[in-house]
Amino acid sequence: MSETKKITTPLTDEVIANLKTGDRVEITGVIYTARDAAHKRLLEEYAETKKLPFDLKGQIIYYVGPCPAKPGQALGSAGPTTSYRMDAYTPEILKLGLKGMIGKGQRSQEVKDAMVENKAVYFAAIGGAAAIISKSIKKAEVIAYEDLGPEAIRRLEVEDFPCIVVTDAEGNDLYITGPEKYAR
Amino acid sequence: MKEIHVNQIVDAVEALCMKAAYDLPKDAEDRIAACAKQEESEFGKYIFDQILENVRYARENDYPICQDTGAAVFFIEVGQDVHITGGSLEDAINEGVRRGYTNGYLRKSMVIDPVFNRKNTGDNTPAIIHTFIVPGNELKITILPKGGGSENMGKLAMLPPSAGLEGVKKFIVDAVKTAGGNPCPPVIVGVGIGGTMEKTTLLAKKALARKVGEPNPNPQYAQLEKELLEEINNTGVGPQGLGGRITALAVHIEYFPAHITGLPVAVNLNCHAARHAEVVL
Repeated sequence: MSETKKITTPLTDEVIANLKTGDRVEITGVIYTARDAAHKRLLEEYAETKKLPFDLKGQIIYYVGPCPAKPGQALGSAGPTTSYRMDAYTPEILKLGLKGMIGKGQRSQEVKDAMVENKAVYFAAIGGAAAIISKSIKKAEVIAYEDLGPEAIRRLEVEDFPCIVVTDAEGNDLYITGPEKYAR
Repeated sequence: MKEIHVNQIVDAVEALCMKAAYDLPKDAEDRIAACAKQEESEFGKYIFDQILENVRYARENDYPICQDTGAAVFFIEVGQDVHITGGSLEDAINEGVRRGYTNGYLRKSMVIDPVFNRKNTGDNTPAIIHTFIVPGNELKITILPKGGGSENMGKLAMLPPSAGLEGVKKFIVDAVKTAGGNPCPPVIVGVGIGGTMEKTTLLAKKALARKVGEPNPNPQYAQLEKELLEEINNTGVGPQGLGGRITALAVHIEYFPAHITGLPVAVNLNCHAARHAEVVL
């Protein structure tokens, strides 16, 4: 396993070029949460107004529907949700400038092609390690679609948020190469 | 005849919702720890470490193990000599869920209508309730909070009897392999075999409520569980689907006699956060 690479948001092309499938990464800075319901709304809003509730350029979206914060917490438990549910919306979101996604589970070929085209990275966080993941979230505020409850878009300030590069901007995919090594 | 007031049920359910979300049962934790020792991949070992640290951290601080605190699935065994007073059993369970998920800071994950109105109900109701009438004068309530990521990877096959044992095995192994990293492996594989369409899926769910790694009492099925676990772990999917020795922690099979024309098989996956809690009133 490689050394941990520390990166900050927003992501530049230079940082992205240096991230390779199988790298362990710690992210610091602002990231945004959105699940499928929020993706659908983002694209509907953009189609109608040509505007978005936040600037996607260079940003990372974390696929998560967190638990409410207990007193003293910035946010409750917050592990990744399954990413394929966002696949239908992702190529269009990438065209709008998104550079990184954090989730879990394999993506479609269309998404991976769009990632290569738009030079973006897909990170996996550990599904079900939600309580310790929330330790790296220092601040959270809902910035759009509050009526979606846990699925609302939140702006998170994170410090050393741990994840693994699964698909890099060249389209290499650890969900394919990893299991191949251990299949009998 | 024993009388149980609905208020007792509401209180018990509220407490169960929180306990299940925060405190992974010992059987599940022990099984994860035992499997961690067999993992060979570097990422796999790292993931096992994180999972176990998360379990301890969640328990110590009363934090949900996973943010997906699930649909609230209940198995209720009502003794036939029990008389429930003061209201309806279903309302009492839903009130307990409402309080447990609100007061416990758990995520509310249910929407009003699956197609026409996907607005959050705001309190994680309604619960999914399976009730069984059994002999005796006790009321046993088991909660199995079920996360959506693993639930979405469930599969049902109405196989022809000619598919036989090999057909059954292939279907189960393929279901886990195709699911890949989506259901948060290492998973627990709940399998229902036999019965009718709805019976076999319910058996698969019930299989997940068993203590993790406890074999089926029927030696033929216990053997099948063992063989399936080995085949599933040979797929190489590994922890979180990133490659490794351990894809599943256990395979649990429940079976039932079948119609002469059919061999139904259902696979219901559970993530490593195999949460369950029970109480007897």
